[in-house]
Amino acid sequence: MPWSKVGPKGAIPHLSILDASGEVDEELVPDLSEDQLLQGLRTMLLGRRFDERRLKLQRSGRIGTFAPVNGQEAAQLGAISAIRPQDWFIPSYRETVAGIWRGIDLADVLIADAGYNEGVSIPQDAHDLPNAVPVGTQMLQAAGIAYGARRQGKDEIAMTFFGDGATSQGDFHEAMNFASVFDCPVVFICQNNQYAISVPRSRQTRSETLAQKALAYGIDGVQVDGNDVFATFVAAQKAVASARDNSRPSLIECVTYRLEMHTTADDPGRYRDDEEVEEWREKDPIERFRNYLRKRDLLDDGGFQEMEEEVSATIDAAWKKAEKRIEELGAVAPLFDHVMSDMPAELERQKRRMQAGGSPGVPSDA
Amino acid sequence: MPELTMIEAINLALKQEMAADERVYVLGEDVGVDGGIFRATQGLIEEFGEDRVMDTPLAESGILGFSIGMAINGLRPVPEMQFSGFAYLGFHQIESHASRMRWRSQGRFGIPMTVRMPYGGGVRALEHHSESREAFYAHMPGVKMVVPSGPRNARSLLVAAIRDPDPVVFFEPKASYRAFREEVPEDEEVAEIGPAQIVQEGQDLTIVSWGAMSRRAREAASQLAEKDVSVELIDLTSLSPLDYPAIAKSVSRTGRCVVVQEAPLTYGPAAEIAARVGEEAFLHLKAPVARVAGPDVHMPYFAREQAYLPDAGRIVQAAEYVRQF
Repeated sequence: MPWSKVGPKGAIPHLSILDASGEVDEELVPDLSEDQLLQGLRTMLLGRRFDERRLKLQRSGRIGTFAPVNGQEAAQLGAISAIRPQDWFIPSYRETVAGIWRGIDLADVLIADAGYNEGVSIPQDAHDLPNAVPVGTQMLQAAGIAYGARRQGKDEIAMTFFGDGATSQGDFHEAMNFASVFDCPVVFICQNNQYAISVPRSRQTRSETLAQKALAYGIDGVQVDGNDVFATFVAAQKAVASARDNSRPSLIECVTYRLEMHTTADDPGRYRDDEEVEEWREKDPIERFRNYLRKRDLLDDGGFQEMEEEVSATIDAAWKKAEKRIEELGAVAPLFDHVMSDMPAELERQKRRMQAGGSPGVPSDA
Repeated sequence: MPELTMIEAINLALKQEMAADERVYVLGEDVGVDGGIFRATQGLIEEFGEDRVMDTPLAESGILGFSIGMAINGLRPVPEMQFSGFAYLGFHQIESHASRMRWRSQGRFGIPMTVRMPYGGGVRALEHHSESREAFYAHMPGVKMVVPSGPRNARSLLVAAIRDPDPVVFFEPKASYRAFREEVPEDEEVAEIGPAQIVQEGQDLTIVSWGAMSRRAREAASQLAEKDVSVELIDLTSLSPLDYPAIAKSVSRTGRCVVVQEAPLTYGPAAEIAARVGEEAFLHLKAPVARVAGPDVHMPYFAREQAYLPDAGRIVQAAEYVRQF
């Protein structure tokens, strides 16, 4: 018998709606109210300005290392705004804008940035996971959460975020595979920001797209212009509908760019040149969105300035609140909190010894 | 009371917990249609269906990461690692997430997950099928590490593990799966995770062991009894939390202690126990604590596995050594 052809042909849909000048494809642009549009821009702007402030706080030694979102605002907002509060948000560690949209308290973020666990403060009814630092490991949990939702008849789906580097991890593949095999209502959002610290996208994989990896697992994969908030939103809406209505997972590759360093501990000048960064600045997701709103007479320069001032005041208030709370936080006792549901006798003993100024393994009454 | 093997007792625990609590799910490689390669999950898929008894893709990290997600969203997963020697592909999901999620989320998300793993030698298996690496998990904050020694406590401890709000690594001594039977009550029996079992009271020395080594310790104790040596036998059943007060109390009375572990000698749980005895019972000690363990080598291929494994003879020899002082 001769050779024949089986399997997918690698046709990955790519979606772009809003261009750099602010022009849109009128047929594809989502139907959003003026309030929704302005709230969207404000969230993106707040995320960027917040991270600019965090950078200053980090450089002056008041908070520790963090991962700036700068450049990825549209990818995060477009995706996260397609889910509802009862749906699950499973981030990696750069999801400032998505977190803001979900209602995270900026003061909490700063408390965590300052090195205090208490900054992770998730309300009992919130379906938001804390940051996952080991790359790619949270996607499996998203699949399991989604399975739990489906099996218990809960009206919830899961959405998880990660980067291009994560697609090299085994857990990425296992997550898509498990999600597909077990019909999990989950949406995988890959923010392809072109670099995993210093390693470029071309060194992660020779696949033409990251989205096509979904095909191997029998799920839909699409690529969008990740600096286009409309394209990301429309693609996410479709994926969310597929999860909600058919319990099928999807992968969305958002092609974007990290305009800043990987984390504050990184110097991107070592691995990429300024011209490349400048090229991507031309595609700035916030500028693009602002251009659109300006052209529609929805936001003039005065209005934007007001938004800037309001965002700046919000950040000031958050830092003030964080500083005050940090002063009240204890040094030793909280080490032992939440390690187990009930503190074992051994931990009680170690805590007592340390509170008395001793060492966990040495009797303090000696 | 029916007499069951350990594997039957584990099966009973799983069956009863799945019947009692619809949040309990079993997942892993070959746990469904095949009933598990050791038959621990036999009959479950017929009773509870493939949505709750899940034959998964062959991926340990996948099984554990997926289970963590299920636990976050209200289920009580009981994933099976086919052998503890294959669990390393999923180790990071336990170390990086299961053990930390409660702490990381400041109490918002606990992980009520029980990871069952057959461990240890003695069944003439292939490479990677016979190691005893309980120290890896006992060393982790945020995880309980349970090792039953017989059918009855395997059942009652597994039930306790499944109901526990925290992640439990449940090591099953596969050499004991079918080695002997014990009476196991049909009705519910739940152990407390943590307290050690005093298997036998004695005056002259204390032998501490867990898992498959508990049988060998018993054997050694009866040989020593013939020599008029009265042994107090402690079966830990849990390495984390560790019931060091029970050990300290016993050694404070007997003044001598032998710890038996199947794992390689260095940095094993026996070292921790010896250190605890030194801290808690120093003034009562009449002799150094002796550790009977495997050597610091890889588990040999099966023709020589008995040369590796501690046996009653080595335990008796260690007892005689500590009695010289």
